[in-house]
Amino acid sequence: MTQTSITAALEAAQEAPPAERRGVRLPLHWLGVAPFFIFALMFLILPTLYLIVGAFQNNEGEFTFANIAELMQPSIRSAYWISIRISLASALLGGLAGLAIAVAIVRGGLPEWIRAATLTFSGVASNFAGVPLAFAFIATLGRLGLVTVLLNTWFGINIYALGFNLLSFWGLTLTYLFFQIPLMVLIIVPAIDGLKKEWAEAAATLGATQAQYWRMVALPVLWPSFLGTVLLLFANAFGAIATAYALTGSQLNIVPILLYAQIRGDVLHNPHLGYALAFGMIFITGVANIFYIWFRTRSERWLK
Amino acid sequence: MRASRIWAWVTFGLGATFFFLPLIATFEFSLRMKRGVYSFEAYRSVIGDTRFQETFAYSVTVAVMTILLGVLLVVPTAYWIRLRMPHLRPVVEFVTLLPLIIPAIVIVFGYIRMYGSSSPLPFLATRRGTDVLLVIGYATLALPYMYRAVDTGLRTIDVRTLTEAAQILGAGWATIIGRIILPNVLIAVLSGAFLTFAIVIGEFTMASLLNAPAFGPYMQNIGANRAYEPAALAIIAFVITWACMGGIQILARFAPRSANRPN
Repeated sequence: MTQTSITAALEAAQEAPPAERRGVRLPLHWLGVAPFFIFALMFLILPTLYLIVGAFQNNEGEFTFANIAELMQPSIRSAYWISIRISLASALLGGLAGLAIAVAIVRGGLPEWIRAATLTFSGVASNFAGVPLAFAFIATLGRLGLVTVLLNTWFGINIYALGFNLLSFWGLTLTYLFFQIPLMVLIIVPAIDGLKKEWAEAAATLGATQAQYWRMVALPVLWPSFLGTVLLLFANAFGAIATAYALTGSQLNIVPILLYAQIRGDVLHNPHLGYALAFGMIFITGVANIFYIWFRTRSERWLK
Repeated sequence: MRASRIWAWVTFGLGATFFFLPLIATFEFSLRMKRGVYSFEAYRSVIGDTRFQETFAYSVTVAVMTILLGVLLVVPTAYWIRLRMPHLRPVVEFVTLLPLIIPAIVIVFGYIRMYGSSSPLPFLATRRGTDVLLVIGYATLALPYMYRAVDTGLRTIDVRTLTEAAQILGAGWATIIGRIILPNVLIAVLSGAFLTFAIVIGEFTMASLLNAPAFGPYMQNIGANRAYEPAALAIIAFVITWACMGGIQILARFAPRSANRPN
C-alpha cells in the first residue's frame, strides 16, 4: 500500500510538466537577488528617475520641455561649456600622457621594478582625488606654492605675472591630470600587454621600422581602447566636484559647482531647473559611457 | 632600440616629476608652520584638534558600516547569480556600473528630494536616519568596485561543488554563504573593502550635502580657513590612500594560494 503510493507520488512528480515546476520555483530563485534589486531600485534608480521626471515637469506637475530649454540661458550654458572643456582637456592630455607613460614602462626596455612601482603608484594616485588633491596643488602652484616660489627665486619667472592662475581653466585641468593620467595608465597597460609579439616580428620581417610598426600596427589596434578610456576620463572629470570646490570655492562656474549651489539654496529660483541641470549631467556622462562601452567591445576584437 | 630606451627614460622622468613635485611641495609646505625652521607643528595642530578627531572617527565608522553593507549586499547576490541565475549577470553588472555613470552629486540630490523630512520615508528627518542614508549612498558609490572584486574572487572557486557539498552535509543558505563562500573569497572581499575605505574616508560631496559631520567637509573647511594645516591633511590623506592600496597589493599576494587550496 505505502509502496504503491510512493511510486505513484514519484510518477506524479515526474509527469508534472516542466513549466509548472518552474512556475513554483521561480519566485524562490528571485528571492536570492531581491535585496540587491530592491536596494538598487530604492537608492540608485528611483532617485535618479525622480530627478529626470522632474526635469520634464513644471511646478504644476505638467509635462514640459521648458526646463530643458532654460538650460540654454547664458550663465548655465557657459557652465556646461567650461565643464565640457575642462573635462575634455584633462581627458585628452591625461590620455596622451598616460599612453606615453604606459608605452614607456611596458615596451621601453626599462627595468621591471619601474613597471611595478608605476602601476602601484597609479593605483594610489587615481584614488587620490577630492579635497586633499586641491590642497596639494595649492601648496605646489598656488601663489605661495613651492614651485611658484622656486621658479621666481631661481629663474626670475613669476608665473602669476605671466597670466597663470591655479584657480582657472588650466589650473583645474592640471590638477585633474593628477588622477586622470594614472587612470589611463591602469586601463591601457593591459591593452599594450595584449599586443602580440608576433605582430612586431611580422612587421619587422616585412621590413617595417619601429616607427612604422607603431604607426601602422600597434596604434590602430590600441586606438579603440585609447578613445574609449579617454571618454571614461571625460565622464570621470565631468562629475567631479570636490577638487574644484576645494580649489576655487565657487569662483569657477562649472556645472557640478552650480548644481551644488542649487541643491544648497535654490540659486536658480526654480527647483525644476535644478532637476534639468542634473539631467543634463547624467545625459553627458551617460553618452560618454555608452561610447566607452562601444569602443571597449571593439577593442576586444583584437586584444585577447 | 637605444633611441627608444632614452625616449622611455625621458617619458618616465617627466611623469615622475609631475607626480612627485606636488607631493614634495605639499610635504615641504606642511613643515613650514613655525617661522624659519622645519617642524611637525602643523601635524600636531591638526591631530590635536578635537574636530579632526570627531570627524575622522565618524568617517571611519561610516566607512566600516559601508563595507559591511556592501559585503551583505554584494556577496550573496554575486554568489546567487553565479550559481543559479547566470542569465541575469549582464543586468546586475549594468546596475553595478550605474554609479560610475550617474555622478555622486546627482545621486545625493535625488536622495534629498526623495527622502526629505516630509516624504513617506523620511531618512533625513533624524540625525540617525541621515547617517544611515550616508552609509547607503557610500555603498552605492562602492558598488562597482565591491562587485567586481567579489565576482573575480568567486571566479577562482568552484561555487557549485562547494554548495552541493555543503548541502549534502545539511547546511542552510546562511551557513553556506557565511561559512563556506565568504571565507573562500575573503581576500577579494578585503581588497574591495580597502578600496571602499579609500573612497569613503575623505568623500566630500555626499557628506557635505547631507550635512554629515564627516572628514571630507572638515578638510574643506580647514582649507578655507587655515594655511599650513591643509598641507598636513593632504599628506595624511595621501598616506591613508597609500596604506589602503598597499593593503590590496599585499592581499593580492595571498589570493591565488587561498583560492586554490584543495580542501
